[in-house]
Amino acid sequence: MKQRTLIHGVILGLFCLGFGLALALTEWVTHDAILARAMEDRQNSLGQVIPTAIHDNNPVVDTIQLQDAAGRELTVYRALKGGRVTGVAFEVFGSGYAGKMKFMLGVDAEGRVLGVRVLSHKETPGLGDKIEVKKGDWILQFAGLSLDDPPAAKWAVKKDGGRFDQFTGATITPRGTVAAIRSGLDFYAAHEAQLLEVN
Amino acid sequence: MATPGYGRIVRDGLWENNGVLVMLLGMCPTMAMTATATNGFGMGLATAVVMAASNLMVATFRNYITREVRIPVYILIVAANVTFVDLAMNAYMHELYKVLGLFIPLIVSNCLPLARLESFASREPVLPALMDGIFMGLGFTLALTLIGAVREILGSGTLFADASLLLGPAFKFMEMRIMPADMGVLLFILPPGGFLVTGLIVVGKRMLDIRAGKGIQMAGAHSV
Repeated sequence: MKQRTLIHGVILGLFCLGFGLALALTEWVTHDAILARAMEDRQNSLGQVIPTAIHDNNPVVDTIQLQDAAGRELTVYRALKGGRVTGVAFEVFGSGYAGKMKFMLGVDAEGRVLGVRVLSHKETPGLGDKIEVKKGDWILQFAGLSLDDPPAAKWAVKKDGGRFDQFTGATITPRGTVAAIRSGLDFYAAHEAQLLEVN
Repeated sequence: MATPGYGRIVRDGLWENNGVLVMLLGMCPTMAMTATATNGFGMGLATAVVMAASNLMVATFRNYITREVRIPVYILIVAANVTFVDLAMNAYMHELYKVLGLFIPLIVSNCLPLARLESFASREPVLPALMDGIFMGLGFTLALTLIGAVREILGSGTLFADASLLLGPAFKFMEMRIMPADMGVLLFILPPGGFLVTGLIVVGKRMLDIRAGKGIQMAGAHSV
């Protein structure tokens, strides 16, 4: 009886060993390709909020770390041209109808929005997901805006007396988005010197 | 139990003993991935690859896998194949991976591959087992694509949206708009719509079978 148990254990062990080795080999073969894909992804999402015309560096690897108002460690991607910072991009967060929404916000050296895109959200399909550029151009209207334009009181959805449209049947999503972009601009204003400093 | 002929294996997998529509297995990925026909199709194909590979491996080693440790070995083999597919897709089919990536690990929790290993691959020679994996997987793909198509048309008004992301630019022609997006019924994209549509399609299949004079196919056709 004892010997039989041993045999089963050995069989199971051999299978684990064999497949473990095969998995390690696969990981080894695909490792570089996966890293390259992840880098391309990040470049693509940054490319949408930082136009390629304004930089001659690779913002994906040219990063600095700062703390945002909530104490989170934030990675800031910087666009440089001719040794000067021409724009920065970083993640901003907002509360939506169904949880946290994550955006990538690009800001130029004058504090104007270069572009903003949703990275992830859980908003209702067909209602709140119009913040995605794939589903509508609502999110594009923020390009060129800054903290003074429109004035602070107008940085809100129309229902709250601001200038941005809400969606039919969904106010919370656009409200959260506007607040997130505003907080991003506030963050830029508070850290402008650090952000623009070239070391 | 005599090994069934290949014709039988094909018919069982695609229709008569279909994993989703008859055995009602693999409901988790079925609900999660059928908001659009394209997603259902992609998930189905990924599952088919895992099932074919797992069936092949288990049938090859069937004389060495003892009864006592067979379940852990099956799970090990399915999980390893899922990881192979996950890594390979991430590296070499990245666009597809961005659509399906989150759901590939769900294949491990799909009981359809495990059911086929236990009831077919562990008892039959290599070639029939491979065929069973392929056609059970294609039957799964068929069911998911069908459910996805119904949910997508009723929910978003499109059919095969983003198919070109999955299959390449040549398949752009498949992307159709059936009705304006505003007319879509949100319910069908949300999880309850998945249950409703799956239920209706199961009923539809049984009615077709009754009309064809075969009587109601019971899930007892497989033995787990």
